[in-house]
Amino acid sequence: MLKVDNIEVYYGAIHAIKGVSFEVKKGQIVSLIGANGAGKTTIMHTVSGLIKPQTGTISFSGTDISNVRAHTIVEMGMAHVPEGRRVFSKMTVKENLEMGAYSRKDKADLEADYEMVYTRFPRLKERRKQLAGTMSGGEQQMLAIARALMSKPKLMLLDEPSMGLAPILVDEVFSIIKDINKSGTTILLVEQNAHKALNIADQAYVLETGNVVLSGEAKKMLDNEQVKKAYLG
Amino acid sequence: MSGFIQQLINGIHVGSIYALIALGYTMVYGIVKLINFAHGDILMMGAYFGLFSITVLHLPFGLAIVVAMAACALVGMLIDVIAYKPLRNAPRISALITALGVSLFLENFFRVIFGAEPKKMPNIPSLEGGFVLGTIKLSYVTVLTVILSIVFMVALQFVVKKTKVGKAMRAVSEDKEAARLMGVNVNKTISITFALGSALGALGGVLYSVAYYQVEPYMGIMPGLKAFVAAVLGGIGIIPGAMLGGFVMGLIESLSKGYISSSWSNAIVFGILILVLLFKPSGILGKNVREKV
Ligand SMILES: Nc1ncnc2c1ncn2[C@@H]1O[C@H](COP(=O)(O)OP(=O)(O)OP(=O)(O)O)[C@@H](O)[C@H]1O
Ligand SMILES: [Mg+2]
Repeated sequence: MLKVDNIEVYYGAIHAIKGVSFEVKKGQIVSLIGANGAGKTTIMHTVSGLIKPQTGTISFSGTDISNVRAHTIVEMGMAHVPEGRRVFSKMTVKENLEMGAYSRKDKADLEADYEMVYTRFPRLKERRKQLAGTMSGGEQQMLAIARALMSKPKLMLLDEPSMGLAPILVDEVFSIIKDINKSGTTILLVEQNAHKALNIADQAYVLETGNVVLSGEAKKMLDNEQVKKAYLG
Repeated sequence: MSGFIQQLINGIHVGSIYALIALGYTMVYGIVKLINFAHGDILMMGAYFGLFSITVLHLPFGLAIVVAMAACALVGMLIDVIAYKPLRNAPRISALITALGVSLFLENFFRVIFGAEPKKMPNIPSLEGGFVLGTIKLSYVTVLTVILSIVFMVALQFVVKKTKVGKAMRAVSEDKEAARLMGVNVNKTISITFALGSALGALGGVLYSVAYYQVEPYMGIMPGLKAFVAAVLGGIGIIPGAMLGGFVMGLIESLSKGYISSSWSNAIVFGILILVLLFKPSGILGKNVREKV
């Protein structure tokens, strides 16, 4: 589904990603973990086309998207739930969901999909006329995920979806991600909460200052001494 | 009393033109955070395109308005693509100075082509006359100006609130990156915003030149500045604010002309800008929306 091959990314003179490769197979949950500043968000932005790699290629469903613009990549079936939620705070909940469906050509089952999202997130239905900026952090995170679902993605990128949430909500977010994956969406997940991420993931990659230092089956990493010491506390 | 009513009528007339122009300032500011100082010159170009359509192409007035709006929409998009787009990630002051440069360029370009001599906008036969009640006169030009302005403002409000492109405009104005992640083509959306703002500016220009009969290269400067003040007064970036600001501005101008002195009216108008910036920089409708992080 997604194949990232030896990408390097620069911010001006800053060499943020120094040759990273990884793969996400159809149906999987793949997790990227790493400390602050390791380059997780940079990788996510590069995959969804917001920034361009200096070298290396990214292919999505067999197409090279290294030089495709972000808004076109969305149309190809990739949705990105960005770090910090980034909902449109001056738009209503419903309008945010409509923005999620912006790229869709098939208008037919749109109404059914709003209902599907409202069933999954009943709170959003209650609040559909409320401005997104006035919702709580947890509600905004649910909205950000729901908004991404509205594009009917084949692959969903989630960048620290549990950030800043109360423990009970963190559990809820992870169970939602599992659910979404079960209903057929492939997931690329960036998390600080390595324990929970490794528990739901199939494959995992550990990043350190722009390099992949470890990769493999997620469950096995839970027992890896190196990972335990650095990320599982 | 009838004098007062007459001033109100005049104020609403010129105010609706300011409102049309102010919309362009506020829409562009909302989406790219740029005070497009060349926007006053859109009014001037709209007037020239209108004049050209009437006197050279012999088009009826209604069609002349359409031509002027379409032509200015195109020019507005071109200005953005040529002058502002390359500076999208540059410091804001660069774009601001560029806007001043574009303004000077347009004024002088039109002066070279059409000369500095004011051209006379011909009388529009169907718009001559008006309603008269005692000493109060309500000309057809005023009626048309106010009606057209309101129709287009309502239409704009509909576009921005209800249509897909309007929602994309609002999304882009809040968060360009997030909008791209929704599949919005940001540059295209900005172009559309320039086009809409410029089309409204052109309408304002044609209506302005019909009211004052004159078309000349520098005619956009003063109404442009006043419309800018109107946009700030209403709350820059807020569309209903620009409309409200325009009407308030027109009324203040016309009442101060009528009751204080016409030589002071400009000073009063710009004094308002200073007062707004001092006491309520966010404008009449601007409020600080509390946002949870
Ligand atoms: N816009 C930018 N300009 C310059 N440097 C940047 C920019 N964005 C990120 N960086 C740098 O690139 C490196 C990777 O940042 P990135 O945001 O990808 O890390 P991260 O792994 O997502 O961290 P966190 O866990 O804190 O979100 C950091 O050193 C950061 O300072
Ligand atoms: Mg990050």
